[in-house]
Amino acid sequence: MSGAFRVAEGGRVDRARPVRFSFDGRAYTGLAGDTLASALIANGVHLVGRSFKYHRPRGFLAAGSEEPNALVRVGAGTARATPNLRATQVEVYEGLVAESQNRSPSLAFDLGAINDLAAPFLSAGFYYKTFMWPSWGWKRIYEPLIRRAAGLGRAPEAPDPDCYAQRYVHCDVLVVGAGPAGLSAALAAAEAGARVIICDEQAELGGSLLDETPGSAHAAWLARTLVALAQAGVRMLPRTTAFGMFAQNFVALAERVTEHLAAPDPRQPRERLWQVRARQVVLAAGAIERPLIFPGNDRPGVMLAGAARTYLRRYGVRPGARALVVTSSDEGYRSAIDLAQGGVDVAAIADLRAQPAAALADAARAAGLTVLPGSEIEGTSGRLRVRGARVRRATGGSAEIACDLVLMAGGRTPSVHLFSQSARKLSFDEATGAFVPDDAGGAIHPAGACRGVMEIDAVLRDGAQAGALAAQRAHLPTSAEVLRTVAATAEVTAVPARKPHARGRAFVDFQNDVTTKDIALAVREGFVSVEHVKRYTTVGMATDQGKTSNINALGLMAEARDTAIPQVGHTTFRMPYTPVSFGTLAGAARGNLFDPVRQTPIHAWAEAQGAVFEDVSLWKRARYFPERSETMHQAVARECLGVRAGVGVFDASTLGKIEVVGPDAAVFLERMYVNPFRKLGVGRTRYGVLLREDGFILDDGVIGRIAADRFHVTTTTGGAPRVLAMMEDYLQTEFSDLRVWLTSTTEEWAVIAVQGPKAREVIAPLVEGIDISPAALPHMSVREGRICGVKGRLFRVSFTGELGFELNVPADDAQMVWDAVWARGQDAGMVAYGTETMHVLRAEKGFIIVGQETDGTVTPDDVGLGWAVGAAKPDFVGKRSLARAAMKDPARKQLVGLLTQAPARVLEEGAQIVADASAGRRSLGHVTSAYFSACLGHSVALAMVSGGRARMGESLLVPMPGGDVTVRVVAPVFYDPAGERVNG
Amino acid sequence: MADAMPLEAEEAELRTLPRMAQFVFRGGAEAVRLAGGALGLNLPQQACRAAEAGLRVGLWLGPDEWLLLAPAGEGEALEAALEAALGDEPHALVGVGHRGLAIEVRGARAADVLNAGCPLDLDEAAFPVGMCTRTVLCKAQIVLWRTAPDVFCLHVWRSFMPYVVTFLTEARARL
Repeated sequence: MSGAFRVAEGGRVDRARPVRFSFDGRAYTGLAGDTLASALIANGVHLVGRSFKYHRPRGFLAAGSEEPNALVRVGAGTARATPNLRATQVEVYEGLVAESQNRSPSLAFDLGAINDLAAPFLSAGFYYKTFMWPSWGWKRIYEPLIRRAAGLGRAPEAPDPDCYAQRYVHCDVLVVGAGPAGLSAALAAAEAGARVIICDEQAELGGSLLDETPGSAHAAWLARTLVALAQAGVRMLPRTTAFGMFAQNFVALAERVTEHLAAPDPRQPRERLWQVRARQVVLAAGAIERPLIFPGNDRPGVMLAGAARTYLRRYGVRPGARALVVTSSDEGYRSAIDLAQGGVDVAAIADLRAQPAAALADAARAAGLTVLPGSEIEGTSGRLRVRGARVRRATGGSAEIACDLVLMAGGRTPSVHLFSQSARKLSFDEATGAFVPDDAGGAIHPAGACRGVMEIDAVLRDGAQAGALAAQRAHLPTSAEVLRTVAATAEVTAVPARKPHARGRAFVDFQNDVTTKDIALAVREGFVSVEHVKRYTTVGMATDQGKTSNINALGLMAEARDTAIPQVGHTTFRMPYTPVSFGTLAGAARGNLFDPVRQTPIHAWAEAQGAVFEDVSLWKRARYFPERSETMHQAVARECLGVRAGVGVFDASTLGKIEVVGPDAAVFLERMYVNPFRKLGVGRTRYGVLLREDGFILDDGVIGRIAADRFHVTTTTGGAPRVLAMMEDYLQTEFSDLRVWLTSTTEEWAVIAVQGPKAREVIAPLVEGIDISPAALPHMSVREGRICGVKGRLFRVSFTGELGFELNVPADDAQMVWDAVWARGQDAGMVAYGTETMHVLRAEKGFIIVGQETDGTVTPDDVGLGWAVGAAKPDFVGKRSLARAAMKDPARKQLVGLLTQAPARVLEEGAQIVADASAGRRSLGHVTSAYFSACLGHSVALAMVSGGRARMGESLLVPMPGGDVTVRVVAPVFYDPAGERVNG
Repeated sequence: MADAMPLEAEEAELRTLPRMAQFVFRGGAEAVRLAGGALGLNLPQQACRAAEAGLRVGLWLGPDEWLLLAPAGEGEALEAALEAALGDEPHALVGVGHRGLAIEVRGARAADVLNAGCPLDLDEAAFPVGMCTRTVLCKAQIVLWRTAPDVFCLHVWRSFMPYVVTFLTEARARL
């Protein structure tokens, strides 16, 4: 009932638990424990996909993650359906819905197959040469067409409804791969007392041991070992692919947690990313069987011999009725004998080698099989399924052999992907005919088939030695280390891939439809480097990354260049080993956890007032406070007028703050900032400018001297972390002689700015112990005292040009103080204002904003802050750079103001500025800030213009899409140029 | 925020701790000695270790940096006592009692929950009781202190608290 091709008994499937699923709309029944591939094969379905370029019918090539053909879309709906899953890795569950891809309207009749007839025009690099005429054709016709045809599968349209987990984990020994080598390594490491994690991409741990007959010695060893590992507390992770290997043994694992379940617990994550830091890594990734190169080797029913053996023994499924086994390795014989024993009629073993090992040939003949040494496959027949193969005998003449299964055994290629990702070298091993890990030292230990050890008992021994050595290196480096004594297996020889003599297309890369002819063409056209041939032909560039094709492609390149594979070299192995979903990589970082959202203590109040917020670094800042149906411009105009005419309150809590304390605090600040600080009196503040070593402005802020040895430094909102890091860096590396220490107090103090001519009368009743009269507390002063009863620091500073105070109060008390200020302010007509109004008010005064007027190429003099530079100081960060001739070039861009001829016209920030209307005119600079000033009744703009200070009064043009805008260059202070209002 | 916020699931319980007086103390060996006298505890000299005396705690954060914790009401008196004891000895004492809050993750799976976003090895052999360090929880900086085999205390800057709490709540749900 679970398929006509299910054998009566055997396999690891649960015959008592049938599961119903659908493929391309047809209902099928499989068994619990089946993959989608084994369940379809049990039902006689081999046609499962269409190839990428030629839309050729394709069936299952493999039984594991190396499968290039059987890519399916699994799941229903617009959100959960996942494209490009390998049917060989998808576990069936009740109700599973799967669909084939890259075909229209159906798998059996695919219109895209016309590409197959057009194949002569679609050779390697066709898009570079076929579509050259007419010249406009590429953009308008060919590219859109090719883009539509390209790509495999359809991405889900709706947002991903699932959740994904991530976990960091540490261990002594991480074992990648739970086949015989990995399991014996994990056991040895655990027995030595190591903390061990073992992962495997398959649903069950066991690897090739899962193909062993139940009751056999190796099957018993597997069962025993799994129990022992569990008892030893080894973390065992099935369905977990180690997909990336990074520096210092940092390994990324993707665990599929719920993908195999019909009704997963919604609290479970769909997948989990394990970020493992392992002291030692044992790589037991196994080996992948190689296809053979002959015409028609891509027809459904042409399969890897080892895969056929797996389908039979692990899943109890006969992949066909009558098989022809084509081999260039000893492995093919073992698979043929096992399949014959399992009830598959083996028509013959066609060995490409002239002289197979006598013992194997004898064993095959003893099992009743026909052996044909020195054979060549001339082609296969059949349309949607193979019907036969033409075999040319060494003795001459060829015969058609009827079969519905052609099994290829081209030897096994060690899986060196992760080893290679760790930036280690591979070397070519003649015995296995493949690249193997070059160096088994250090903290990475390849074991078993992935280093060319193929024979099972040798593999178990090799794994145990690798595990014991890894445990030893993790904990107890000794002189008497475990010795690795197992050598790569020499007996399983395979003939390297060669171009077939027969006519017809022989496929090298099944997923990307690369044939032997494409590779020959690339070499003929002069591509020598393996990396160039890869890109030109796209061999190995599909989602399977050429797991089954790479080594064959190298063999063909070597043949075409008349050299050997080691001289050809290999391409770079890149992560991920198999595709990883974006959800797994993103983890929790979505929605409100995408980034921390930092809010000030006043945020809730602002929100209740209907504030519109903007993002400033990670902070949410109130941008403006619209009343009723006000637009932003209306609200900002009202807020600006309110501040200039009366008083406004502004939440400046996000300003970075650093407490600089110690006997050398003033000296330190003198060395960091361009300004002098030694003579700054206690209770006074100074506007400081901080440069990088290259002399360009990094940050600015007001710095107040609280005591002889204590400064309150403020930074920009976004610059706080980098300023603190830079200061700490200088203290530790350059100025370690100074006795001064830094502490971030950004979040200790909330800052309530009260600005406007009525500011003093609003705060006067709230302040205790500080004389705030103009004489006692002049502009640019600071005092400690009590504000609304709590300890605070009162700054008299202004970023608006008005009389202004900034109340620094402990963050927990901020709302209480704000409420008091707000209540007191009502009589004075107080407005709450946001960052947009703050920007307009400061622009009217020509105050720069770091990052708006400056862009990392601006000196203090460029923005008119030359006065701040303490030129007499022996040194400060950036001083030497300021002395460079280029820094004094009169043609440097300088800060100026711009007034538009049409007063209402507001320039666009970022717009370029030119001198005249001539063609070929060059930019003189750009607009950095532009607003409509409600206080002045016209627009104002700040700009950086070449030689700008010498251009006062000049007319310049700002080219815009609607035509040039005429502007006049003026001094960058539009409001209260004498600066009298701050002294109010 | 200062109230305890118990959440279900005993395997990894999450709650905010009461507000404490907190200071960053920085200085050399002599300052450390003098401060220890005023505090009534020897500030740890071993890297990444905490020292406790009653309800007062000193967390080693760097070769010349400690985070001092004391009950909320003791803040002003403690600051005065420390400054008096330290006198002219070069040092920095900065109150940060409002800068951050502490939360506790308690339970058998506490380390696993933290490892959703903290890359450190939290095995007891590697991160024993009494160990503390500045580290990250996903995208937030925290100070992590193990106060018992199954209990961790996290010091978090106040504006990162919603992120940290949401992250831990989510991580606990997805273990």
